[in-house]
Amino acid sequence: MTDRPDLGPLIPRQRPMHPVPYDPEYKTSVPRSPKWPLLSMESTPSEETGPRFGHALIGPLDNNLILNFAKDGSPAIGERILMHGRVLDENARPVPHTLLEIWQANAGGRYRHVKDNYLAPLDPNFGGCGRTLTDENGCYQFLTIRPGAYPWPNRANDWRPMHIHISVFGHSFGQRLITQMYFEGDPLIERCPIAATIKARSQLDRLVAPLDMARARPLDHLAYKFDIVLRGRRQSMFENKLEGM
Amino acid sequence: MVQPLDILTETPSQTAGPYVHIGCIPSFAGLPGVYPQDLGLSPIAKEANGQIITITGAVIDGTGWALRDAMIESWQPDAAGRFAGHPEADPAVSGFCRFAADKDSGLFTLRTVKPGAVAHRDGGMQAPHISLWIVARGINIGLSTRIYFEDEDNSNDPLLARIEQRPRVETLIAKRTGEGQYRFDIRLQGEGETVFLDL
Ligand SMILES: [Fe+2]
Repeated sequence: MTDRPDLGPLIPRQRPMHPVPYDPEYKTSVPRSPKWPLLSMESTPSEETGPRFGHALIGPLDNNLILNFAKDGSPAIGERILMHGRVLDENARPVPHTLLEIWQANAGGRYRHVKDNYLAPLDPNFGGCGRTLTDENGCYQFLTIRPGAYPWPNRANDWRPMHIHISVFGHSFGQRLITQMYFEGDPLIERCPIAATIKARSQLDRLVAPLDMARARPLDHLAYKFDIVLRGRRQSMFENKLEGM
Repeated sequence: MVQPLDILTETPSQTAGPYVHIGCIPSFAGLPGVYPQDLGLSPIAKEANGQIITITGAVIDGTGWALRDAMIESWQPDAAGRFAGHPEADPAVSGFCRFAADKDSGLFTLRTVKPGAVAHRDGGMQAPHISLWIVARGINIGLSTRIYFEDEDNSNDPLLARIEQRPRVETLIAKRTGEGQYRFDIRLQGEGETVFLDL
């Protein structure tokens, strides 16, 4: 199943490093957050295995959001950016060949979704989703446009900072993670109740991608770096190895 | 001072938000053509070995309202308890499925093969179950739970055995409603709150 040398259980999640489930400033979390504590137990094969996706799944434009919905051949409108980074585990080892999916608003802050009726117009050439697999070193990249900030119904005047939603699989179902990437320097991050569900400041900082001029391409696009760390597996020579794992 | 640990901290989660469907199941979200088809449409191919079952349910919030915007992923082994990737696993069982609450009724449906029992690290067996991961607007970190089956022997399952309040065990057990048909509701909060897992 796994091409890892270690076959130990998943390292338990450090819940204080994640957002709180219940936060009255993010109103929808109030009726949707469990009140009972989670049932904690060492991981089992059900969490340690997980779906794998092959390169055959990925089309040539899947990681290019500027062109993957270009109806009349015109690129999407917006500030062109490269989003790139590495996926590592808690043991600081790359997570190769894992699926990343992203979705985002267009340059005006509007999603191509039936439930989004914000005033900003849809861009006929922008769908807003992309996917890719990390390479053997855990690296990935997307070419896209910078999403716009947008207002949302929560408190009277809440705005989401510019952000890109990211879904990562890893190699174990227990590593499954969805998060959001923010952009360096955006003053709306400090004002966002969703960002503020993360109470450890150093953890929120990890979602803010720095401008990366070393990867920007002159006369073409800027670049932002976003590294992702997934849960690791406990490394020990003393683990009981399960057959077939 | 002490030596630093060579360990990284996991990236924090953020809510999947209301538009998770665009990224994960774009055809369902009304963006056909970006990919040939949505990922995880079915966990099985036609020729999968074992009993084909259908599980229907809803994700219900603390007010009793069924979420219309939840997305769920499931992961399971084949009928013999082998996960995809195992050399003897049923090649017709990918084991992975993505499904969403219906935007009108809030109901979801999972059609799959009934999973077999899976070994636990200490050598015991876990009763047949399907792992679920639930994301939606207002859920800040994906919620994990499991579907067990009322017509299986769950008496020696190590996870169910750890639930101190025995009535809560029932929240993880799908109820048989007909031949190959089960009902499994996920209650996020309030009376009958589902047991969520941290494994
Ligand atoms: Fe968003």
